[in-house]
Amino acid sequence: MTLYTKDHEWIRIDGNMATIGISQYAQAQLGDVVYVELPETGKAIDKGKEAAVVESVKAASEVYAPIAGTVFEVNAALTDNPALVNEDPEGEGWFVRLHVPQGTDTGDLMDEATYKAFLETL
Amino acid sequence: MSTEQSVDSRESLATLPLVTPLHDRHVALGARMVPFAGYAMPVQYPAGIIAEHKWTREHAGLFDVSHMGQAALIGPDHATTAAALEALIPADILNLGLGRQRYSQLLTDDGGCIDDLMVQRGPDAADDGRLGLVVNAGRKSVDYAHIAARLPGNVRLETYPERALLALQGPEAEAVMVRLGAASAAGMAFMAVGTATLAGIAVEVTRSGYTGEDGYEISVPAGDAGVLWDALLADPSVKPIGLGARDSLRLEGGLCLYGHELDETVSPVEAGLVWSIQKRRREGGGFPGFARIRAEIADGPKRVRVGLLPEGRAPAREGTAITTPDGRPVGIVTSGGFGPSLNAPVAMGFVEPAFAMPGTELALIVRGKPLAARVAALPFVPNRFKR
Repeated sequence: MTLYTKDHEWIRIDGNMATIGISQYAQAQLGDVVYVELPETGKAIDKGKEAAVVESVKAASEVYAPIAGTVFEVNAALTDNPALVNEDPEGEGWFVRLHVPQGTDTGDLMDEATYKAFLETL
Repeated sequence: MSTEQSVDSRESLATLPLVTPLHDRHVALGARMVPFAGYAMPVQYPAGIIAEHKWTREHAGLFDVSHMGQAALIGPDHATTAAALEALIPADILNLGLGRQRYSQLLTDDGGCIDDLMVQRGPDAADDGRLGLVVNAGRKSVDYAHIAARLPGNVRLETYPERALLALQGPEAEAVMVRLGAASAAGMAFMAVGTATLAGIAVEVTRSGYTGEDGYEISVPAGDAGVLWDALLADPSVKPIGLGARDSLRLEGGLCLYGHELDETVSPVEAGLVWSIQKRRREGGGFPGFARIRAEIADGPKRVRVGLLPEGRAPAREGTAITTPDGRPVGIVTSGGFGPSLNAPVAMGFVEPAFAMPGTELALIVRGKPLAARVAALPFVPNRFKR
């Protein structure tokens, strides 16, 4: 199941592995993505802290970790083809995979229906 | 995700009272509207900034620049009006020919730039004594107050908020103008000023723009702007282009943007605009800040505008510190982003003159880390003005 933050990150948790990216709405707001700065593997990231930086033609934006974890893998495909974030933000355009503790609380994250309702309020 | 830096984030759309006459058309085209200089303006259409940028370089892009200030100085004869304006700007306006436009700067007493602007002398000798002005949207009120307070009694400032301004830019712009009935536009040289009938509408045209491409700026009464916009967009060479691509085009074109490369502390010499101060004015002066500008031309300024090409893919944004490779601060980035035609990050900034030679290796401090960059000659993309 995909969960979302109010800052438009998404997270998909599978056991103790969590994949993070930005939502379709976020990529549309950014416009053409031209650069993604990814963290080094092994880096510990606290919840709500910077996990990556995404740069569009006009601006740089931080991508925050929806939950705490340790960087296990980054999406190296984004280095050569940052436009993947625009083309498939919630699939091939993922940013990082975190190793997260089992049973991490995700109670403050939104499911897809709740996130869609949230977008309607913006 | 949070937008860390955006030129637009200081303003809010909700409180914006100003729209251009083409606002409803932008919205209907699916533009993303953002606050800019007090106006709601299209930053991009659904095609996106990169596609819009490339379209302009390859075909013809249509820009709504109606937020810019259109005005005129009106006096008894050309010499009188030119003298009044020459007291405020360093360009030679006395010798500006009929049907010609010149780029210049309104200067503070210390030689800083209050604004940059276009000065136009119409093609009709019957309009002798009238000089058209086009100023930046965000500086309109400052400029108009500055100018009005310094005019002699026999020269007055008129402003034209009821006129819209369109820019048609790109290698196919001339053919579009001809197809829409303005055959005379084909014969205009770069920076020529004329009138034309375009899609059946009487317009004022200059062969100029701010993209580094050949093209036209077209002044039209607000009431006719929508019809003209639609007629231009109906041409297969033309697509609508937002402010995002306007910015990336002018950055690749090495052109200054007020509030970035220019402000009241920056002199035209520092900004690399000495070419816009004609010989008669450089020698004779008679404009604000002449002492500083003369000294900077003779001895060199303390800082100069340069182009910067970062290594790798990371853009360096406005405000980024520029250092030597060993970390000594030597300047600051004033515009930075991604150049779609270069398919690489590009920036402009100011550095100490000793580090301004193209090829000089420098570092840009991006998110705390030095990013290798080198000074590059401007423009990044060769200008294709109609000479």
